This record gives sequence, C-alpha cells and structure tokens, in this order.
Amino acid sequence: MSTGTGASDLLHADDHGIDQIVAGEAPVAARSPLALFWRRFRKDKVALVALTFIVLLVLVAILAPVIRNLVGAPPPGQTSTDALDDFGLPQGPTSEHLFGVDSIGRDIFARVLDGARVSLLVAFIGTGLSVTIGVTLGMIAGFFRGWVDTLIARVIDILLAFPVLLLGLGLASACSTKDGCLGGALEPGLTIVIFIIVLSNWPYVARIIRGQVLSLREKEFVEASRSLGAGNMRIIFREILPNLVAPIIVYASLFIPANILLEAALSFLGVGVTGQASWGQMLSEATGKIDTAWWYMFFPGMALLLTVLAFNLVGDGMQDALNPKGNKQK
Amino acid sequence: MSIAASETSGSAPVAGEKIMEVDGLFKHFPIHAGFFRRQVGAVKAVDGISFDVMRGETLGLVGESGCGKSTTARLLLRLMAPTDGSIKFEGQEIADAKGPELKALRREMQMIFQDPYSSLNPRKTVGSIISDPFVIHGMHKEGGARKKAVQELMDIVGLNPEHYNRYPHEFSGGQRQRIGVARALALKPKVIVADEPVSALDVSIQAQVLNLLRDLQRDLGLTLIFIAHDLSVVRHMCDRVAVMYLGRIVELATSDQLYSHPRMPYTGALMSAVPVADPRLAAAKKRQVLTGDVPSPTNPPPGCRFHTRCWKAQEICRNEDPPLEPKDGGNLATCHFPLTDAEVLERVPTARNVES
Repeated sequence: MSTGTGASDLLHADDHGIDQIVAGEAPVAARSPLALFWRRFRKDKVALVALTFIVLLVLVAILAPVIRNLVGAPPPGQTSTDALDDFGLPQGPTSEHLFGVDSIGRDIFARVLDGARVSLLVAFIGTGLSVTIGVTLGMIAGFFRGWVDTLIARVIDILLAFPVLLLGLGLASACSTKDGCLGGALEPGLTIVIFIIVLSNWPYVARIIRGQVLSLREKEFVEASRSLGAGNMRIIFREILPNLVAPIIVYASLFIPANILLEAALSFLGVGVTGQASWGQMLSEATGKIDTAWWYMFFPGMALLLTVLAFNLVGDGMQDALNPKGNKQK
Repeated sequence: MSIAASETSGSAPVAGEKIMEVDGLFKHFPIHAGFFRRQVGAVKAVDGISFDVMRGETLGLVGESGCGKSTTARLLLRLMAPTDGSIKFEGQEIADAKGPELKALRREMQMIFQDPYSSLNPRKTVGSIISDPFVIHGMHKEGGARKKAVQELMDIVGLNPEHYNRYPHEFSGGQRQRIGVARALALKPKVIVADEPVSALDVSIQAQVLNLLRDLQRDLGLTLIFIAHDLSVVRHMCDRVAVMYLGRIVELATSDQLYSHPRMPYTGALMSAVPVADPRLAAAKKRQVLTGDVPSPTNPPPGCRFHTRCWKAQEICRNEDPPLEPKDGGNLATCHFPLTDAEVLERVPTARNVES
C-alpha cells in the first residue's frame, strides 16, 4: 500500500490482513450445527449411557427371534403346562426360562423381547406421525395466518381439551369389532393405539411449531429470501424448516417415552395391542399374581422403567446440547 | 473519513436519467378491532410521497424512527404492495406487478438489511446464503460455476473466499454485513436499497462497510438508495437527500444544499442536534431543541404536519398543507416560512464551512 491511498483502501487492507493471519494460524474447519451438537452432547455421560442403552434395545427388538433361539426360549405366544409346577402355579426364573413363566406357561423372557418390539414400534411410528402432522399444520397456521390459522388453532384447542385416556378407551372399544371402524381404516390393536397417540400428540407439536414460525417469519432473512424472488414453498422448506429442527428433535425425544407409557397404559386397561405381547398388558395380567410370582411383574416393569428412563435422559441431554445458553453448571 | 467526505461534497449534482419515478405513493396499514375485526383506522406509514431516483446516484432517506423510511424502501422493492400510487422502474409501472413480472424485477433491485444478525439464516453456510439468488433464478447451473461465482462475490466484498463453508455465527458483525452485501450483488442489480446498513455496527466497522458500498457503487455503476438516521453518514454517502417526517417528504435537496442551508425548520432542528467538534463554533451555536413527540401516524395533524412542534408555526400552518416546492437556494421543501440563512447559521454553525 503506497501512501496517499484512500481511507477505504487502508481499511480493506487491514481486513484482508486479519483474515490471512487467522487463515495462516489455524485452518479452522467449518463446524456444522450437527457437529457442534454432537460435541456438546458427548460431554453428558449420563445421556451417552442412556443412548447406548437405547441403541442396544433397538438391536434387541429387531433381533428378538434370533436372540430367543440363541437362549433356547420358546415363542412368546406358546403355552406349555410343562413349565407350571404340580399345583399349576407358574415357575420362577430357571436356566430354561430365564425370566420365569406366566400363569399359562408362556416364557416371560420371550414376551418381554416381543413387548420391546411393540413398544418401540408404537413409540417411533406414533411420534413420527404426530410430529409430521403437527409440524405441517403448525407451519401452515403460523406461516399463512388468517383464517387457516384460526381454524387450526381452534381445532388444537378442542383436541387439547379431551381427556386422552377416556378418549382412547372410548375409541378403542368403539372400534373393537372385527372390522374396526371408519370403514376398516382403524383396525383394533396396533393401529388404534397409534391413532390415539397421534390424535393426542399432534396438537402439542402443532402449537409449539406455530409459535416458532410466527416469530421466524418476521426475521429479516425471510424478507431477504423474498426480496431475492423466493416463493412461499422455498421460504418454508429452505429458510424456516431448518430453524425448526432443534425444537422438533427436543419434542420428539420427549414424546417417545410418553408414548411408550401411553401404549402401556392403554394395554394395561385392556384396549391396547392384541395378538402380540406388550409390557402394559403383561403388567395388567401380573397384578393379581404379585404374591406368588414376583417375576411376572418385575421383568416387564423393569423393561418399561429402564426404557422410559433412558429416553427421558437422552431427551434431556439433547435439549441441553441444543440450547447452549441453558448450560448446566458442571 | 475526511478525504472521502471532501470527495462527496466536491461531486457535481447529478443530472442524469431517471431510473425510478415515484408518484403519490401511499401505504396505510389497517387497524382492526373488536369481535368482528372491523377496520377502525389506519397507520398512515407512507402518506403521499413523490420523488425520482437518478441512475447512478446515491439518494439518502433520513428521518426519525417511524417516519416511514423503511416502509418506503419496502414499497420501492415491492416487498409490500402500496395502498395507492405509482412506482416506475425504467419507465415501467411496477406498483401492481406480481408473479413472473415481480420475480424478474427482483433481479433489478436488491436490498441490504439493517440487522446483520437476523438477516442471515443461522442454519445455512455462507456459501449457501450467497448462492441462494443463483438457485432461485436458475443461474450458473454448470458444476462448480456456482461456487466460483460465490467466491468471486466474497472476494469483491472483502471476505476470504476460503470461508465459503462457514456459518454466519463464525463471523463478526461487519463481516456479516459484507455477506449481506455479497448476496445483494449476486444478481447484478441496478438499484440497491440499503436500509440503515450500518446502524447495528460499531463506529470503526461502519466506516469500512460504508467505504465498501461507495467503492462498489463507483465500480459497478449502482444506483443506491440509502436509508439512515445518522446525518454524518448520509453526508458522507449521498448525492441527494430526502428528509421524511410522518410519512411525507418534507425536504429534498442535494447534499450540498441541504447541509449548507436547510430550509425546512425540521431539517434545521435535526442538524442542530449534531454535536459540533470545534469548541468556538459550539459555544456560538444556538441549539434548536424540538419539544414534544412525533404525532401519531394514525391521526396526523391537519395543515403542515410539523406545525405541532415548529417554532415558526403560524395560523396558516395549522390550516394549509404546504406543497413540496423550490425555496431559496434550490432546496425543495414543504414550508410556509422556510429558514433564512441567518437562522441556519445561528443553529448550525458548521453550515458555514460547507458554503466556502
């Protein structure tokens, strides 16, 4: 730079100089939000242990038949009077039946494994559908406002006013006939449980997403995108949706354990999954036998407790990792 | 700064071709109330303004908060539809453009936003932010061409092209504003509207960004509409200045005219509020302090809009709305009793320097 250059040139030169120094000292790789999230999440040891547990649980659920064959347990639905003692009472854990048998001689280990499949299936599908519907409707309401917003917001209010369990019981018994209801769209069993979960969850998701979108749509980057010529769809999917990922993940991670519990509660009340073993259903059957067969309630109960606890801990960990401002003191 | 400032004041008044013509522009935001959401009134944000923008000039828009500067900017860019009035871009009426016509218009006019923190999507990389205009308009589709174009733009605005993959939070305020400038330049627009581009920045960074804008304007032949509330910034940047008050343009003049002899008492009061560096001049200065607040834009006062706060107001000001017309010295102003040179010197001692 020769003397006599304008102030602007000098200032520019300075700017480049700083950039070069920074670039020369350490070639800092760009950290995506995901990488930053993982760095923070990794520090939370409890959440990491819980995440490991969930990964193992998912593997166990997928490989349930293989594991059952490995330990030599009978299929979950198979009754066998051999496993009962001379008085017709169920036996406790033995090498043959790891978790014991129930009152009609079904292997509890096999049934807990089978229950894991049901619980996870219901939790993931139910949560996935609730989040999809909730995010879609919430974004439409928040982005377009006007009468669409009014309509969706009122529907949300109405659905939130229903007592979930009573609604579930009513719906499940109304649809308990062989053909189901709504022209066969709602069959008794898994479908109706998932339907109830989605019906009771999406309003919460939609309400939160609507609020977030109402604030995001006023941000200047949305206006900038519009001034570049972007249409509504592009703004919704490319500008607003990426900013909703964090709340969506947090709420999904908190809905999963709640849905596992809801499925268990419905099954406990006798309107849940049929044909397959379910933890809630096993707990319900075990209530009368707690004096004579502790294992009947203990193993499915522990499975439910640990699973819900693990999901909650992972959810908390994710929330902390996504909101660096709310950092816990360590 | 001082070198740059003298360059501006030395430049001749622009007498070029009109690139934009605004005529009788209105923007009223309706106010709804009650159970049936009936309209009970309107915020008259922009209330009948007319002006021309010359090709290649920098037109300043100044005024207090809420006087309609930003609304005017958004109307010019058609980010909002005007309630009434005409906006012509290169002779073509754009006030009611929509669909493909509006999208084509986006390539001609771009905006630089006030807040570099909220105008960049925190979830997108800088490369993706600057290449958005190309994606939206389907430009530079060949492999690698987009990245190359983005890196060229980053270089032009003084960013390290290597930082292509970084996220906005990894940049300082000034660098973020440069990203905003690069995005606005991507479509090679003819007009750029800068809505208080430096008011969110540190003073030392302000100079860098302002000089960048000036250099770019000179090199690329841009027309710049520059919105600000900082009078010294406007003087540094602009060829002509429009002063707004309550949704109206109350004075329109070249920078030299405006800073040497403001005619509208409101402009005089604004300038009188600027601190004077020279203690001798400062001691002689009679500071004109405005009393009261800006009246509500839902119910602007009749007659001259400024009469409620004007020390020269008389009966005619309360009844008759003065038109925007030439006053002594060439300024266009809306005033029945414009300031005289003596009154200006008393209140704005620095005005003397400009004249010499």
